[in-house]
Amino acid sequence: MASSPYHPWLNPALVVGGLSPLLMLAVQGPRGELGPNAIEAALHQTGLLALVLLLASLACTPLRLVAGWTWPARVRRTLGLLAFTYAVAHFLVYAVLDQGLAWGALWADVTERPFITVGFAALVLLVPLAVTSTNRWVRRLGFPRWQRLHRLAYVAAALGVVHFVWRVKKDITEPLIYGAVLALLMAIRVGEAMRKRRARAAAAARNPA
Amino acid sequence: MRDKPPAEPPSSEVTSEKTYLRRRELLKNAGLFAGTAVAVAGGLHLLGRNQTRPMDRFVPDAGLVEQPVAKAMGPYDTDEPRTPYEDVTTYNNFYEFGFDKNDPARFAHTLKPKPWSVVIDGEVHKPRTVDVEQLTSWFSLEERVYRMRCVEAWSMVIPWLGFPLAALLQRVEPTSHAKYVAFTTLLDPEQMPGQRRALLDWPYTEGLRLDEAMNPLTLLATGLYGRQLPNQNGAPLRLVVPWKYGFKGIKSIVRISLTREEPMTTWRLSAPREYGFYANVNPSVPHPRWSQASERRIGDFERRPTLPFNGYAEQVAHLYTGMDLRRFY
Repeated sequence: MASSPYHPWLNPALVVGGLSPLLMLAVQGPRGELGPNAIEAALHQTGLLALVLLLASLACTPLRLVAGWTWPARVRRTLGLLAFTYAVAHFLVYAVLDQGLAWGALWADVTERPFITVGFAALVLLVPLAVTSTNRWVRRLGFPRWQRLHRLAYVAAALGVVHFVWRVKKDITEPLIYGAVLALLMAIRVGEAMRKRRARAAAAARNPA
Repeated sequence: MRDKPPAEPPSSEVTSEKTYLRRRELLKNAGLFAGTAVAVAGGLHLLGRNQTRPMDRFVPDAGLVEQPVAKAMGPYDTDEPRTPYEDVTTYNNFYEFGFDKNDPARFAHTLKPKPWSVVIDGEVHKPRTVDVEQLTSWFSLEERVYRMRCVEAWSMVIPWLGFPLAALLQRVEPTSHAKYVAFTTLLDPEQMPGQRRALLDWPYTEGLRLDEAMNPLTLLATGLYGRQLPNQNGAPLRLVVPWKYGFKGIKSIVRISLTREEPMTTWRLSAPREYGFYANVNPSVPHPRWSQASERRIGDFERRPTLPFNGYAEQVAHLYTGMDLRRFY
């Protein structure tokens, strides 16, 4: 299947389905349905889903390259913005609910604890990407520059994986699975870049200037 | 009479083909929308289920034991509100049964705390191997309401049932060479499935300096809330050292050895920078990955300041005079 028809329902469905876990947390938390440590549960859930959705947004291009699907490219922005939403929610749960906006403690955490530093850095990197996610911004920056800027998503995802690995006390299986997924997605991109470069080199060799 | 042809509805009521097709399209899209939304929500829920998993199996309590003699508040008891029984027994760290907080309550039913024997050996004049029920019968059980501070910066208030470790140690008569007490948890992957993965160096081991072990606060617990210890809380016998982080309170003990040398402990072996031998609760010595200055009491919304020695400084601070608690963390 080379290209796919237009699916008007796809993005709205992603938004509704993607936001439902967040709504469930907001409902379950105050009702005491998240277990004895609801804040910790909400913190883990929002952090995990931020990473999952960010990886999903980074899977769109590889899916096009490997499977030839074009529909993932149409949901990439939605996935990226959902990931940003969860990253912000994750930070707010930590800063407001967990730390009670104790600025001194927050500052100490962000500056002195590498595990928090990399998580916070990932969030900061996502901010310009969320801001420039509109078509107007693509036009304003011009596509090549816009694309270069949005490669920060790779760095944010890597930092997210590191943040996850460093958080876990002992069993790092789960974070390593996400790390492996990220590595695979990046390997496909690198392979594509090398293929393009070789094709360009071959073309240049055929048409010497 | 001839039959009339069947009446057709007036043309105003006939749906035009275009509208009919648009409605079908709309319905199809609505179905795809709903299906996709549910699938996405379900997928995300499945991926995150470890993080917020309701209890699907609650181990019933192990039965009432003879109630301790009702007494006025003891000298070491706290009058702070007790953490509900359900939280104390469903929010646990017991890696022999899994890594999630509710894993122990879900899976610890495979542990068989009866019969259970405990080896007491090493630098003692009267080494012995004794069934835990007999061992318990040597002492009168007391209720002790202690604060429990986990190294992960959460805390509880738990009414333990037990006897002072000092009473047991006096009974087996440590030799003059005894300087430390080493404790060992059961090693049995059949009963403790988490031991099939070598994430920690099983069996779990812990240790105390002899004077810490002899301190009247240090308890060997066999129950909580007037009941037998549930498996997930370390049945049938566990250590409680209320001025130290929770991981010092080794569970399901099978061996107590008096030693000349400081014993190696499981968490220290696993991450020496993060978990020291002493592990005294200390708000001014941060864990490398988080501050220890405050804690969340389970059930509370706001954090509270962490107290030096978890609020037991009066009873234990003298044990550490002249020691640099940043070095001996």
